[in-house]
Amino acid sequence: MARSDYLMTIISNVTCPVCGSLCDDLEIEVENNVVTKVRNACGVGESKFLGYSGHRPLKPLIRENGELVEASLSEAVKRSAKILAEARYPILYGWSNTSCEASRMGVELAEEVGGVIDNTSTVCHGPSVLSIQDVGFSTATLGQVRHRADLILYWGCNPWSAHPRHIERYTSFTEGRFRHSEWHKYIASLSAFRSGQRVERACRLTEEKSEAAVERKAEPERLTKLPPSLFEKERKMIVVDVRRTRSADIADCFMQVEPNKDFEVFQALRALLKEEELQVDQVGGVSVEVLEDLVDVLASCEFGVLFFGVGLTMSEGKLRNIDAGISLVRDLNQFTKFIIMPMRGHYNVTGANVVSTWQTGYPFAVDMAHGYPRYNPGETSVVDILSRGESDAALIVASDPVAHFPKEAVKNLVQKPLIVIDPEMNATSLMADVVFPCAIAGIEAEGTAYRMDRVPLPLKKVVKPPRTCLADEEIVRRILKEVRRIKKREGEVVANG
Amino acid sequence: MNVTLLTGRTLRQGQGKEYGKLSERYWKSVAICEVDPSDLEALGVKAGKPVKITTGTGSVVVRVVKSLRGPHPGRIFVPYGPWASVIIGSKTDGTGMPSFKGVQAVIEPATEESEVLKLQQLLQLHYGEK
Repeated sequence: MARSDYLMTIISNVTCPVCGSLCDDLEIEVENNVVTKVRNACGVGESKFLGYSGHRPLKPLIRENGELVEASLSEAVKRSAKILAEARYPILYGWSNTSCEASRMGVELAEEVGGVIDNTSTVCHGPSVLSIQDVGFSTATLGQVRHRADLILYWGCNPWSAHPRHIERYTSFTEGRFRHSEWHKYIASLSAFRSGQRVERACRLTEEKSEAAVERKAEPERLTKLPPSLFEKERKMIVVDVRRTRSADIADCFMQVEPNKDFEVFQALRALLKEEELQVDQVGGVSVEVLEDLVDVLASCEFGVLFFGVGLTMSEGKLRNIDAGISLVRDLNQFTKFIIMPMRGHYNVTGANVVSTWQTGYPFAVDMAHGYPRYNPGETSVVDILSRGESDAALIVASDPVAHFPKEAVKNLVQKPLIVIDPEMNATSLMADVVFPCAIAGIEAEGTAYRMDRVPLPLKKVVKPPRTCLADEEIVRRILKEVRRIKKREGEVVANG
Repeated sequence: MNVTLLTGRTLRQGQGKEYGKLSERYWKSVAICEVDPSDLEALGVKAGKPVKITTGTGSVVVRVVKSLRGPHPGRIFVPYGPWASVIIGSKTDGTGMPSFKGVQAVIEPATEESEVLKLQQLLQLHYGEK
């Protein structure tokens, strides 16, 4: 290579296309169109930027005699358009790991083929959306949380693992205008925790393995008293979950509730806030005394925020858990300022909801079969459609339902013609009939994505995609054009008798 | 042993999926089950060995690991992925959302001949040839 061809650039303020935190302070070092260094990203973001080229096909694949074989882009587009144009009730699913521009094109295609367009929020925060539609909610941007919140409550979520920089950028460990970072406190508590573990290990080595000792170990953790740090003025963090997580380790207080009992705990807190007396000793595995203290902490903060995760939407009660959470926040607003926000998973799942809403009036599970949008989650949501075996083809964009849908739904998905648009091979593309490798939005293609607080941010193109990999938006546009051509031809044949 | 099954994200699962869904790293990060040390003792299984998890939907064999975040006896955790999905029911209670957490399950040591399947083997077993 001639020396003049060598190119190294550092691109700053890159938005990370991984989780709903949508960190936009990444620095990417690119040498000869290859990402060589990633700064400021979490482990997952770094894996995405450095490892994306590992398992990707470079040309479209079409299934012939049971095998996926390479094909030209136009062949793949024609085959996909034929599948969708002939289908009576296709599903168009995914859209959360790509740009809003691709989602917009997807809605147009769904309308053209009379299918159902649904995004991954259907198996993520779909119940939260339903609940927000029922009850409404008070929320804020993450910037406000960063500068003002003094009480952070993570309920049914594990930001340390699922949104690794959320705590560092928006909540406890960030230096806000009116609130200080609690990073130093974390370092102190971490070293105390580690020493504690060492002492425990030493005790275990010397301890006799009596029956009583085994029994004691098997006892679940019970919180008997809230730590004094929760009653101080500084920023505080509470984690509520069904099991201890990494996020719980760094919180001021971890409250463990029994699985499927979040609704009861929320309602108990609401009752206590209204100074009702509870006739029980414990609710959902938490003692009423602790709940009483917790209510005091919640009501006496200056700016509280309740972040909730899919721990609430995926367990018993589903949207009713969120109803109770939102209602608690509403009640707390009679005493102080309190907001609530879902911890959205994929980086642009919020964008998929937003686009769907502005295009069709509904955020997910939109059925276009009648020629106009219909919305009835439980009926028009993909897991239900697939479980009932109603769809007869599917287009999956930037998602892997074969890996993440329940077995019964996957069985019906893979039995019918299946088209996948995804940069890499995954479980769904292994079972597909047509596979389009595409440019990765946020790395190889530009676009727009919405952060979990509904703030839109631009996705950057830091490297050029392989020549044969187009952006999702462009692939969907080409399929749509071909579908229209097929329909027009069919229309002419019918008109000419 | 009767347990409550929870599924969810882990940092390793996130890294594994971004590294490549067909990679060994992804398989190692999701075809596992975190079990409380006291439950492991009661089951008589050593960490790293295969265990069979059965729900109303079906069963799957995954590698057991000792939970570092205990104690949470009676609660097992499997990261999101194809291995967890084959034992999740498809009922959504009219919301569109299946129950991925708080599922009643039975965990037992896997028989000697059973092994943790790789992705392609798992897909073939549960969904057959395309």
